[in-house]
Amino acid sequence: MSYSDEVKVLLEAAGATEGTTVTLEADGRTYKGKIMPHHEFSAPDIVILKMKSGYNVGIRVDSDSKITVIEQPAPAVKKDAEVEEKKGLPTLVLIGTGGTIASYVDYRTGAVHPALSTSDMINAIPEIRDVANVRAKVLFSIFSENMDVAHWQELADCVAEEINNGADGVIIPHGTDTMGYTAAALSFMLGNVSKPVVLVGAQRSSDRPSSDASTNLMACARFCTQGKRAGVFVIMHDTQGDDSFAVHNGARVRKMHTSRRDAFKSINAEPVAHIDKDGKITFSCDGLPVSKEKVEAKTGMEKDVVLLQYFPGMDASVFESVIMNSKGVVFSGSGLGHVNSSLIPLVKKACDNGTVVVMTSQCLNGRTNMNVYNTGRDLISAGVISVLDMLPETAYVKLKWALANTSSAEEAKQLMQTPLVDEMSDRRLF
Amino acid sequence: MAEEYPLTCGIEIHQQLDTKKLFCSCDSHLCDDGHGSCYRRLRPTTSEMGEIDRAALAQFQRNLGYRYQSSPGVSCLVELDEEPPHDTNADALATTLTFSEMMNARVVDEIHFMRKIVVDGSNTSGFQRTALIAMDGTMDVNGKPISILSICLEEDAARKVETTDAEVTYRLDRLGIPLIEIATGPDMHDPEEVMEVALRIGTLLRATKKVKRGIGTIREDLNISVPGGARIEIKGVQELRLLPLYVQNEMNRQNMLIRIKGMLNDRNVQPVAFEPIDVTDIFKDCESKVIKSALSDKGKVIAVKLPGFKGVMNGENGTLRLGAEMAQRARTKGVKGIFHSDELPAYGIDPIFVDNLRDFLGMNGEYDAFAICAAKEKKAKDALEMAVTRANEALVGVPEETRDPLPDGTSKYSRPLPGAARMYPETDVPPIEITKERMQEVRNNLPELPEEAEARIVKQYGINAQQARQLIRQDNSDLFEHIAKTDGMASIAATTLTNTYGELETAGIDTSNFTEEAIIEVFRMLADSCFAKEALPAILKEMGQSGSDAATAVKKLGLEAVDESEAVEIIAKIVSERIDFIREKGMASIGPLMGPVMGALRGKLDGKRANDLLMEEIKKVL
Repeated sequence: MSYSDEVKVLLEAAGATEGTTVTLEADGRTYKGKIMPHHEFSAPDIVILKMKSGYNVGIRVDSDSKITVIEQPAPAVKKDAEVEEKKGLPTLVLIGTGGTIASYVDYRTGAVHPALSTSDMINAIPEIRDVANVRAKVLFSIFSENMDVAHWQELADCVAEEINNGADGVIIPHGTDTMGYTAAALSFMLGNVSKPVVLVGAQRSSDRPSSDASTNLMACARFCTQGKRAGVFVIMHDTQGDDSFAVHNGARVRKMHTSRRDAFKSINAEPVAHIDKDGKITFSCDGLPVSKEKVEAKTGMEKDVVLLQYFPGMDASVFESVIMNSKGVVFSGSGLGHVNSSLIPLVKKACDNGTVVVMTSQCLNGRTNMNVYNTGRDLISAGVISVLDMLPETAYVKLKWALANTSSAEEAKQLMQTPLVDEMSDRRLF
Repeated sequence: MAEEYPLTCGIEIHQQLDTKKLFCSCDSHLCDDGHGSCYRRLRPTTSEMGEIDRAALAQFQRNLGYRYQSSPGVSCLVELDEEPPHDTNADALATTLTFSEMMNARVVDEIHFMRKIVVDGSNTSGFQRTALIAMDGTMDVNGKPISILSICLEEDAARKVETTDAEVTYRLDRLGIPLIEIATGPDMHDPEEVMEVALRIGTLLRATKKVKRGIGTIREDLNISVPGGARIEIKGVQELRLLPLYVQNEMNRQNMLIRIKGMLNDRNVQPVAFEPIDVTDIFKDCESKVIKSALSDKGKVIAVKLPGFKGVMNGENGTLRLGAEMAQRARTKGVKGIFHSDELPAYGIDPIFVDNLRDFLGMNGEYDAFAICAAKEKKAKDALEMAVTRANEALVGVPEETRDPLPDGTSKYSRPLPGAARMYPETDVPPIEITKERMQEVRNNLPELPEEAEARIVKQYGINAQQARQLIRQDNSDLFEHIAKTDGMASIAATTLTNTYGELETAGIDTSNFTEEAIIEVFRMLADSCFAKEALPAILKEMGQSGSDAATAVKKLGLEAVDESEAVEIIAKIVSERIDFIREKGMASIGPLMGPVMGALRGKLDGKRANDLLMEEIKKVL
């Protein structure tokens, strides 16, 4: 909620804005403090003052209230220290996109800003300079729920450019909500990328002493400089503690908790590696070593692809236009990969019409298999393909990419069923 | 103004509230056991200038880590900083509003929770959530107005359970328990007055009936200064009765330091440069345990010269004790202590070593002094640097600092007085608007003040005012009222909860161990004539000593009430055995006969009833 007109007039007449020190007379009392930004949930007639003690309090003002300016805020002077590069250290590039990892509070006004500059982020962990020379750039300043396909494309181009310009690794601080999708998109767009490309987030914002941002970033720096492993990865806490980090394959990872530090889990695969608090990396599988190959970003993405979560009662009539107007449909089906029988005629119609329909499972864990039950067999007959144990979100991203990078539905189907970046597997270990 | 008083003191009281936790639905009690061990670091955050506090970063880079234990029922993901805080606990907030109104304080129109940065690990988040609820209150203590500067609602911190060089372990049970923090103005000028104010605030807090009771649930911080002294904070006093002693001792300490300053200035002592000298060779053959053990551990003996400080480190029959201050400061560097020239020779260091050292250092002038420390070289030097710094501060006067209370009523150095707290908004907790209507509602439902309760209890239950006051002061008035609602129990309940409890305490029984349920049960049994009221003290004593319940105690003491026919039989027997005496004395024999009758029936039959029955039996035989 914003200020009421009355409060706006009162503040403007006094010449008071955020950060101004004022005396405020209201309801027979006089308060002295600095004006803080109005909170979204504050009542419209409330002015928030930061008292000398540091506390913020909300004071109700009305037409009888008086505001007198004592002092206007001094302009914030921020030092951006120049940092010399150290010879012999690898070069890492940080590409900022926004998110919790880049949120901070302005101590002067108390406002929460969504974007910390990427260089602020490096300056906040000076020890990162002991392992690498770090360059930083801010590409976006958005929360990840606002990350779109166009952002993936721009990001992939940017990463390719940095690697082709000599970066030994790229670290991408990212909001965690859709980090899994972006990781999958970069995985397909960058293909056999020759250097480590690591997405990293934080579940606690960087302005808190308990933030996981710096430890996660440090784990990224260590992996990029010492891991010698190429590919697209996500690095986050492995447990609730600050002493263990997991390196996930970018096409295998999913946010599995709303708030815990160890929210990201590899599904249907072991994490690629674990990193302990002293930086020791333990790999759990083989992978591509880093090389000097140039990178080509294939960023084409088909627009008309949808990801549909099957639910009991899903009505063909409601979804008909959505499905029929899409070039690709990914179902997050039940169990081994099912939707109810009444949807099957619609699905068949779409497949016959050239739509690629891909089945995944909302169980997330385990592979789909449509041979086991009648419904599954009917879906196969209708033209639906399955993609082993690929995550629904990864399948959605891959299908967009496959449709844009092939010339027919059949080719796209083949590509969907071919593992490209270890995004699916026919073997699951116990 | 303040300079006119020999003492200026303000207090800050932290009282735990008896609700669920402030920002989650966990219970808020402490647990004997902790499970698991989640490892965390806390990193100093960048300031508004984009800089990191170097000292804090140095601490971080020393790799100090924290471990957190959880306990069932009292910790969840919120305490572990793995889930955002839930809505502010409504009971805790309501209690704070009520108490603010009782203090005549002005409640803010909208409450904003803040994050107060704390990086010692006691908060998993690295900050304490705290909100200013009300300001500018006042209360009356013995006819004098005491100002209330602020009333805050905040989270308690986690409990430290273990400290090693690399890690500190905390238990999360206490983290998040709601605390009301009340800060008074610097209005107290007498040690006893400090306790009176604290007592009054405590009594008013309990009047809300929403506060926790027992040791550790209320803690006081004292801000103390004397004319020419400095503001000293003694943090975390738990024993109310020791408050005057802490205040008096701190006054004495500051006055002592002011005296030392005068002496040093008269001597024209200049600040001492810190120049550590390795004197290990002099002490090679010293028999002092401290020195021997340090040297056998590859340590050294390091000395510093302290020209001008003779006699103030420990002098005038122990009334000047700058040495103790220097030693406390030195100990913050991890050494066991230091030795200074005012206390040597002693501690197994023979005079010959002291003389040799004095000669070696050339400290033979009138006021020349020195200090030594035996430990690993770096530790010893760091410790002595602290000691020298502290000695130099004595030239200026009393250094501002935070001190820890000790059980004997004194205090020891803890850390420098913290600067202004770094606070920023807790963006995860929405602001809470306090409407005028809500405050009117609070005003209409204020709890009964202790003096009001006293008058009402006197009137309602017919006990005397002194008993009523004592019941309220000792926090037993609710229990009393519960029992006194049963007919005929008011008087005995009042006597028991005041006098009998007093006697039990004198006999070494801690009456605070009795649960309310247990006491209510004793009185129910009494009301049901399961035993006679004379037996009550003995039963309570047995319960206190053995920890048993009322029924078990009654049985063990053989105090089960007799039914009347049984009693008549026993009395008739006593009468028949003394028939000659009765015939001789007539009704006058009642008095002497009550002795043997009560001997047989004490605690089993009400005394008055026994008297009646005896009278009837005597009449029968006359």
